Amino acid sequence: MAFQLLTRTATFLATLAVASVLVFAFMTVLPGSPAQVVLGVSASEEAVAQMEADFGLDRPLPEQYWDWVSGLPSGDFGTSYVTGAEIGPQIVDRSLVTLWLVGAGMLVALVIALPLGTLAAVKHRRPSGTVLAGISQVGIAVPSFLAGIILISVFSVTLGWFPAGGWTTPASDPVAFLQGLVLPALALGLVQGSVLSRYVRSTVLNVQREDFIRTARSKGLRSWQAMVHHGLRNAAIPIVTVLGLQLSVLLVGAVVVERVFVIPGLGSLLIDGVRNRDLLLVQGVVMVLVLAILAINWLVDVLYTVLDPRLRATA
Amino acid sequence: MSAATEAIVLPDSVDVVEPGRANWSLRVGGVLVGLVVVVALVSFVWTPWDPYLVDGTNRLMGPSSSHWLGTDQFGRDVLSRLMVGARTTLYVGIVAVSLAAVGGIPLGIVMGMAPRWLQTVLVRANDLLLAFPALLLAIMFGAVFGASTTTAMVAIGIATIPVFARITRSGTLQVMSTEYVLAARAGGRSAPAVAVRHVLPNVTSLLLVQASVSFAIAALAEAALSFLGFGTAPPIPSWGRMLNEAYSVLAVSPLQALWPGLAIATAVLGFNLLGDGLRDRLDPRLADAR
Repeated sequence: MAFQLLTRTATFLATLAVASVLVFAFMTVLPGSPAQVVLGVSASEEAVAQMEADFGLDRPLPEQYWDWVSGLPSGDFGTSYVTGAEIGPQIVDRSLVTLWLVGAGMLVALVIALPLGTLAAVKHRRPSGTVLAGISQVGIAVPSFLAGIILISVFSVTLGWFPAGGWTTPASDPVAFLQGLVLPALALGLVQGSVLSRYVRSTVLNVQREDFIRTARSKGLRSWQAMVHHGLRNAAIPIVTVLGLQLSVLLVGAVVVERVFVIPGLGSLLIDGVRNRDLLLVQGVVMVLVLAILAINWLVDVLYTVLDPRLRATA
Repeated sequence: MSAATEAIVLPDSVDVVEPGRANWSLRVGGVLVGLVVVVALVSFVWTPWDPYLVDGTNRLMGPSSSHWLGTDQFGRDVLSRLMVGARTTLYVGIVAVSLAAVGGIPLGIVMGMAPRWLQTVLVRANDLLLAFPALLLAIMFGAVFGASTTTAMVAIGIATIPVFARITRSGTLQVMSTEYVLAARAGGRSAPAVAVRHVLPNVTSLLLVQASVSFAIAALAEAALSFLGFGTAPPIPSWGRMLNEAYSVLAVSPLQALWPGLAIATAVLGFNLLGDGLRDRLDPRLADAR
């Protein structure tokens, strides 16, 4: 197993390195001159040259790349071409906000999907499956930002139960923080939960037909006891894979949901960066998002190896 | 977005057998997609009002006999704008999916037929590209080239190439292990000839299903991008943009958000169901496995 984990980690790191080259090339080489993009097409040649000199954009590309990428592990993302502010601290602050959002969204999705999917599988009469399939199709079709707008319209505008947007840090006011988190987390989680519940149902159904469940039942365990003690651990393997994939979906969904609820997370930072033509900022945020997606995939691979004894045995 | 859902619509093959659902998926999906296509086509020759006509005296009106779905904050007819918005959705979907197919299918065939070392390199590269979801890539395109419908659909198309490549490769690998391909190769047929005569026809059904599902993803991505202001520029109607405008008047007129929201959900649901139904119809083996 150790060898397998090492190989996966090496692949992850190599992929990350190539991804960083791609992101750098896209944001630095494609625009021709980043300084020209920032200053606009009407900028004079002198102004462009001055800015290129100020930010070291006139240096050879490999040198610029190395300068950028070598700072990343220590959180040094460079200095914004537009505002002159350090990018690293902004990304760290905003990442925390997005983490809260994605974590809460995932929690909502799990709280919905695990009981609902398991219940539908245990009582596997056909209507439950059809109803779930229907719900999950609607779930896929309703983008999270649309779900957010509907939630605001009902729970903020009409009922006034929750704020329509904004963000309070958990340290400054825990109650306001939780109140502000409810609707965005629901917007992200409801949709993902409806999709996930369908997978939970199929996975649990498959596990239910296994011999070890029959054995457990013949020992005298009730259906739900057999499922809790023996079924869920086995169902966990495919569910972890789907969860990993969905976590990436949630992360990207958060970019838009943050906009709907005016939450100062990574997504808002990215979009403001694009609006202000702050290419280095955009480059940094994109790199962090891609890193997160690759890291999630790697983690799923690792968990897969750990959770499934058969994979360990073959390693 | 789940627009993002975007990047990953998970395989359906893990689900259990649900007899009778297949036909319903195809029928309901077909009707919903047909509805969107018909509305888009009709909008070329007729809309109740000029979708660009600003009327300051009739702003944010509710549904009435003259404006069936009411008017927006500029007094423009919502139904007319929805109809023209259907065109934008289909236009983006068609261009993005075509781009993804043209790029992804040959790449997928090469990934399935090339020497083993090259396959490994290409598959790794493809996996890497999958880490760039359509929405993220489109925002990067917007940053570098400026936001427009064109950059949005090109970005969505490019982001979908690895999805097509992967699905084509899996189909190619299956076909390459069949005896008729072995016979063809033993008979001296070249690799490109095998690809065109044997592989391509046999992966078509897989690709049709993928095209339908990708269409749904493209529609979601376009809506999300336009909502963020990185897609279709005003005043051209797009459902995502309409939703964005409705969002700004949500406190005054919540109904404004309902129509474009329904339209987006209808189109995405339609294309997803159509994909599901097509899969069951075109590939009975997959239907059995469900």
